Amino acid sequence: MALMLDLLAQAAQMFLVLIVAPLVIGITRKVKARLLRRVGPPVWQFYIDLWKLVHKEAVLAMDASWLYRVAPYLVFATTWVAAALIPTYATDLMFSWSADLIAIVALLATGRFALALAGMDAGARFGGIGASREMMIASLAEPAMLLVVFTMALIAGTTQLSAVAVTFADTGVGLRVSLGLAMVAFVLVALAENGRIPIDNPATHLELTMIHEAMVLEYSGRHLSMIEAAAALKLVLYFSLFSCLFLPFGMATTDKSADAMMLGFGSYLAKLIVLSILLPVGELAVAKMRVFRVPVFLGGAFAAASLAVFLLFVSRSF
Amino acid sequence: MSAIVGLWCVAGLLGIAATAIVASRWSLGSPLVYGASLVACLAGLASALCHLLGGAPADTLALPIGLSGSGSSFRVDALSAFFLVVVNLGGVVASLYALGYGRHETARLRVLPFFPAYLAGMNLVVLADDAFSFLIAWEFMSLTSWALVVAGHRSSESTRAGYVYLLMASFGTLVLVFAFGVLTGTGGDYSFAAIRASHPDSVVAALVLLLALVGAGSKAGLVPLHVWLPLAHPAAPSHVSALMSGVMTKVAIYGFVRIAFDLVGAPLEWWTSLVVLAFAGATVVVGILLAVMQRDLKRLLAYSTVENIGIIFIGLGLALAFHADGMGVPAALALTAALFHVLNHSLFKSLLFLGAGAVLSATGERNMDRLGGLIHRMPRTAFAFLIGCAAISALPPLNGFVSEWLTFQAILIGPDLPQWGLRFVIPMVGALLALAAALAAACFVKAYGLVFLGRPRRPAAEAACEVDRFSLAAVFILTGLCVIAGVLPGLVIDALAPVVHGLVDARMPAQTFLSWASIVPIAQSRSSYDGLIILLFLVSAGTLTAMFIHRVASRATRRSALWDCGYPDPSPLTQYSSSGFAMPIRRVFATTLFLVRETVDMPRPGETRAARHRLKVMDPAWRFLYGPPARGVWRLAGRLNRFQFLTIRRYLTLVFATLVLLLLVVAAWR
Repeated sequence: MALMLDLLAQAAQMFLVLIVAPLVIGITRKVKARLLRRVGPPVWQFYIDLWKLVHKEAVLAMDASWLYRVAPYLVFATTWVAAALIPTYATDLMFSWSADLIAIVALLATGRFALALAGMDAGARFGGIGASREMMIASLAEPAMLLVVFTMALIAGTTQLSAVAVTFADTGVGLRVSLGLAMVAFVLVALAENGRIPIDNPATHLELTMIHEAMVLEYSGRHLSMIEAAAALKLVLYFSLFSCLFLPFGMATTDKSADAMMLGFGSYLAKLIVLSILLPVGELAVAKMRVFRVPVFLGGAFAAASLAVFLLFVSRSF
Repeated sequence: MSAIVGLWCVAGLLGIAATAIVASRWSLGSPLVYGASLVACLAGLASALCHLLGGAPADTLALPIGLSGSGSSFRVDALSAFFLVVVNLGGVVASLYALGYGRHETARLRVLPFFPAYLAGMNLVVLADDAFSFLIAWEFMSLTSWALVVAGHRSSESTRAGYVYLLMASFGTLVLVFAFGVLTGTGGDYSFAAIRASHPDSVVAALVLLLALVGAGSKAGLVPLHVWLPLAHPAAPSHVSALMSGVMTKVAIYGFVRIAFDLVGAPLEWWTSLVVLAFAGATVVVGILLAVMQRDLKRLLAYSTVENIGIIFIGLGLALAFHADGMGVPAALALTAALFHVLNHSLFKSLLFLGAGAVLSATGERNMDRLGGLIHRMPRTAFAFLIGCAAISALPPLNGFVSEWLTFQAILIGPDLPQWGLRFVIPMVGALLALAAALAAACFVKAYGLVFLGRPRRPAAEAACEVDRFSLAAVFILTGLCVIAGVLPGLVIDALAPVVHGLVDARMPAQTFLSWASIVPIAQSRSSYDGLIILLFLVSAGTLTAMFIHRVASRATRRSALWDCGYPDPSPLTQYSSSGFAMPIRRVFATTLFLVRETVDMPRPGETRAARHRLKVMDPAWRFLYGPPARGVWRLAGRLNRFQFLTIRRYLTLVFATLVLLLLVVAAWR
């Protein structure tokens, strides 16, 4: 019985992230449209888009191989599994020990690897541009992200996300310079990884400035829907990670009663909504930058994160 | 028992080498030689595996050949058993591959005798138990591999590679001779047992470690001693490249581990680990950045070997640091990570080199700008190569990720070290390792995308066909092992436990009986990873989603011409090229460091000639370290050249002057 409940809690988390993902995208689009004085699509528009895309016929280029057809599902699966392993409403779920924070970052890298290969598979020019730029940005963002992970691990003494969240939520780590620097770095990395302004524009129609969109330009139908869903899941993943690391209050940690779970549920949804309102507000305040300005941006993230780690390494003796 | 079996394998391989001189003239000579090598390596593999897994005690054996008075001795303990497994596994796979691949060999007399001799040399290095036989075996291994590098002696590339390799190999052996000389002191007993018993003081120990780092590092490809490696590894025939990159660099690692952790005995001064870590950190980043910028597939793989050697040395440096401070379990973790990466790299690098060999024999091309679309023509090779690329890019759930993850876990224990210097350097090394992991993914997306995906860029790539059964079998054995080591890493960690215990007197927690085949480096509350669960989750999430969509929604698919934003260009050359793909990374990381020179020659409007873009990337080691002395020697040689054209009178005068000078020296000496 206990096993069933554990499984149920894990499955609930798995489907929770899947279900809220299109809603998060819908809210960001709606807020952005309102800020631009447009009416904007309804917040559930993205569900309808996905439903429509799934029912369309998939068109493949002549030279596309099996990899091109498998990659969307692989990208979706890696992102979904990674998102489902991050504590959302409760910690210490059944499979939370099977991947730590480093493994989650690496799982996202697996998805990116598959997508970049798929971009090169059709033999189109823009696919190559997208793949090459995406890998360049990843090579800058991943070290910064891993340094953020190091910061968390050094403060909490573990790389296990559940344990980190419990430490931060229950024992009161307090305000720390390292945590602040890590948060700055995390936000910059998250913007780059999700292809948001100022790195990339998810709504762009100009091919030469595309990064993520250039890789998936040839996709259509159900394959495209998988990739879009994966992108939405990735945004939710970074939101959950942000709320798990920097806003861990409200989560069901030691107390696993139904009330605590409901509280965790409600606070998680509230955090998601707040973050998806803040994101477009921030995006509208800046302009998209040229591709070769990105290293400066992510270099800033890297510098902030490494400063955080150095502070911790050096201050250990005090 | 296992020492005798090991020596019989060596003798067998040497016998095969001798037979091969005659056999290479027969039409069936090639399969005969490779088949016999396969059997010999298989025997060595089985005996070494039994020794390692059975937990047998060290097994010694003395032979009355060698230095007068002491003979030579051989020994198999857990460490050598592990490296024997790596060497013979590589040997088995390379021989199996060559059963098919060797049929295309043109200069058989230049390859067949040296191949088994080379395998024998590598086995002998690992078996040796005294300094004399170790060095003889080391040099034998170097020379046989040199002979294989210059097998294709008609191309200037091979001869240049052979020249540089010979120089660097002699230099490395020379430094190792020094290391053993310092280690044995004046006693004159060269056996490892005597060296172990002698306990040198800390200055001598540190000196020996640095000499070993240079000597073994030059063989392994540590920056800045790596310059021969990207020349020599690609020049050899592909199955030999696989052995050189996948196995011989590991034999060099064995030499370093044997000296640093076993022979020196006492824990070393902490600053020696700082030196190792600094070199390792430079190696990972320089290696992978140069790999990204290559256009030649085999050369890209060779530079990526340099990077992976750096990863292994990061683990070894961390182990030295923890060991020096008496932190047993972290030292065991770091050493396990390094040795695990030794095994992993030998698996996926052999796999990738064999795959590159398959591409080479199917198309005759190594230049990635002339390939493309091979996934349609060589589907099986393409699949195996894909797994290899994902594994070497440290992607879960494959094996490369596990060893890098363990290394990261060891790095995160860094703040517990008491020394400030290490506390500063270790997070920096961690950041460099993370950077290298991300760049490795970029590098292998490029390699796979250009070679196997897209449209074929040249007719040769269009006409390619799948390679033979033996080659495929070899490649798929390695693919399977990559997946198994990634999904069930606990087995490998437990197999490494006796090796690690013998070196640092501690071990990681036992992994085999943990739930669901997860691995735990220190404690469950600290960190854990489970490749099996991740794989199951990924497979089930992916297939269930696909099935759901196919059932509920649509599975209609249509093939159509490329869209490419409405302006598709029929020429396949408009696809991204190698230097195009690397351009953002080159621009961000490498412009000053690698002395990148780009020249664009754009014809004026109305001119009919083609535009030209020329790109030159230079290895910084050549420019800063090897360039000046080489130019100095060249200039000096030019000056001395004048002595070649003197008259007989002047020669006689010179001889007379030299004689007088020497006599004066002798007189002054007295």
